[in-house]
Amino acid sequence: MRRHSLQHDGEGRLRHLLTTEGLKRQQIVDILDTAESFISVSDQQVRKVPLLRGKTVVNLFFEASTRTLTTFELAAKRLSADVLKINIDTSATVKGESLLDMLHNLEAMQCDMFVVRHADSGAAHLIAQHVAPHVSVINAGDGSHAHPTQALLDMFTIRRRKGEFAPLTVAIVGDIKHSRVARSQIHALTTLGVSELRVVAPKTLLPADVETLGVHVFHDLDEGLRDADVVIMLRLQKERMQGAMLPSEGEYFRTYGLTEERLEAARPDAIVMHPGPINRGVEIASSVADGPQSVILEQVSNGIAVRMAVMSMVLGRAPAEGEGA
Amino acid sequence: MNITIQHGRLIDPANGIDTHTDLHIAEGVIAGVGEAPNGFEADSHINAEGKIVCPGLVDLRARLREPGGESRATIASETAAAAAAGITTLACPPDPSQPIDTPALVDLIRHRAKQSGHCRVLPLGALTQGLAGQQLAEMRTLKQAGCIGVSNGLQAVESTAVMRRAMEYAASQGLTVFLHAEDPWLAAGGCAHEGAVSVRLGLTGIPEAAETIAVARELQLIEQTGVRAHFCHLSTARAVRMIARARYDGLPVSADVAAHQLYLTDMDIGYFDTQCHVRPPLRSQRDREGLREGLKQGTINAICSDHQPHGADAKLAPFPASEPGISGLETLLPLSLRLADEGLLSLSEAIARVTRYPAEILGLLESGEAGSLSVGARADVCVFDPEPYWELRAEALVSSGHNSPFLGWELKGRVDCTLMAGELTYHTCD
Repeated sequence: MRRHSLQHDGEGRLRHLLTTEGLKRQQIVDILDTAESFISVSDQQVRKVPLLRGKTVVNLFFEASTRTLTTFELAAKRLSADVLKINIDTSATVKGESLLDMLHNLEAMQCDMFVVRHADSGAAHLIAQHVAPHVSVINAGDGSHAHPTQALLDMFTIRRRKGEFAPLTVAIVGDIKHSRVARSQIHALTTLGVSELRVVAPKTLLPADVETLGVHVFHDLDEGLRDADVVIMLRLQKERMQGAMLPSEGEYFRTYGLTEERLEAARPDAIVMHPGPINRGVEIASSVADGPQSVILEQVSNGIAVRMAVMSMVLGRAPAEGEGA
Repeated sequence: MNITIQHGRLIDPANGIDTHTDLHIAEGVIAGVGEAPNGFEADSHINAEGKIVCPGLVDLRARLREPGGESRATIASETAAAAAAGITTLACPPDPSQPIDTPALVDLIRHRAKQSGHCRVLPLGALTQGLAGQQLAEMRTLKQAGCIGVSNGLQAVESTAVMRRAMEYAASQGLTVFLHAEDPWLAAGGCAHEGAVSVRLGLTGIPEAAETIAVARELQLIEQTGVRAHFCHLSTARAVRMIARARYDGLPVSADVAAHQLYLTDMDIGYFDTQCHVRPPLRSQRDREGLREGLKQGTINAICSDHQPHGADAKLAPFPASEPGISGLETLLPLSLRLADEGLLSLSEAIARVTRYPAEILGLLESGEAGSLSVGARADVCVFDPEPYWELRAEALVSSGHNSPFLGWELKGRVDCTLMAGELTYHTCD
């Protein structure tokens, strides 16, 4: 089935990274191991390795982002790649040039990798289906579908803190319905085989049939946090209030917001994560976000190593048979 | 011009005929079946040995894109595709770019169709002006201009009060109302069935309830207003059951299903296959089985193409931003025949679902205008070879729209020739 192996080449190696769904366990472990080797690069005096010298990476961001864009840019630069950022607001798509026309133009300029963020689910798949054979695509977030590098850096952070995945109970709290991060985390965590994976939210913020992803559903935060080893809080978009999904920010914080008191239900050594940007006092109290159990800033710095790992593995691959060099 | 179609297997479900015999056509009407009528002399013969001869197909819903969308397709291109697919009559619903709410628009569509001469096109008039769901369209005027029914297309009539008035008025004018049952609020922003696939792909879902709630509302209003109503392209098993119950209670409602809904489910979206972006959405396997069962039981009377031709760009976009719809004319017959191959329907019953029943729904059967090979009826005939397997390829499609999830499928059954009122509108050889 060709469509199911879009992100793999003929030899089962990653050609694109579009989603964590369908990644093999060993593939995730390889990415995390490679990332581990890059952690030291960031600590060196000269923070560069020549792995991608002569390669060109294009950041194609159709949706605003500071953190993800910056870490991708840093990751590419530390691998010695040339980095180009396309500001989509002023680019051709608004002038009626289609997404694919624009891509083909960039390809003609000999780019090797597109890092794509787009507001529509499936955008990265579409691009991956149509790029030239020598070009790789990294999904930096598409609609509510996937954000695989974020999920992988979260796995990396969990592994550094907790070691093994098998004994862990992980609770993901908040707007699962609209969260590409949550979807990618769920696929990664079920592949890595955590002991229990929970989602905690009111029904309005849960997609229908979410159990089919292999999660346990909780509507009560205290129950959902009980004895958890890892607590992942998701950002709540303000628009959710207008869609009649929630009564108010205040009620949300009182019901699902993570405070020091609520966190006591989890294990004493539980870590608190958040993909950012944080809405302090909406989904998480400042005292928790900045508290001793928070690994939120660690996630950000790990993001560079994990993205370096993904980029180097995807672009550093010897071409598979039948694939243009 | 007198024609005899010889040696074929004649299947005419409306008359309960399935036998090897000859069909005689004189001056555009069926002159006789079997023995030639007295004094009949054929000017030409069509040899249908090994072929099936049936009434020309009647398609309840095909968008032709003209006027307004000529860059995608034209009445000439799409009616030619219809003829190649054995279709001799098709109903064309209003949509925002051609709301069919003025007699001028009706005239234009009919005139263009007549000019191209491939297939009879019956416009469905607007139910509300501009399909805006606020003021009633001039239904009487539209009927006089040639509309055989009224519809609000895919646009919702949000106000229940307006829908009630529209049904009351349509009933007063003797018009059938063609309904697209979809609650606009529950469907808002959605592009796929709400279920396991939409969860996985992060696509905004259209819940089953978007259809069932609308069906429930319309059924209540149909009962109250006494209007003759038809439900278009059902997609859920539950809606089928609701309609079965209403029919059992004596409500004059009919229903159809789009051919693709009988074969595909939301799983076919795979990783964002935009060819599977349709409205209503492809639903679960359970729904597909429910639709098939409804078809078998007769709750769903007819199969339609729900033809929506698009240019290539329409599907070259991220799934939610791609245009919904399938270019379906040329797969209508083979997909319907496949139901017989799979044992769901008899061959005659499968043919009935694209001839007799849709003709009945459009009010054309009794009068002999479509759907049967009765003596005296209009000689709309489809002759097809039921045996050959062929692969659906984009470049071989006659329609301007090459958007089909069935590309690459092996289909069975090919049209040899199509006659509309005794004139050949399509033939493969000789």
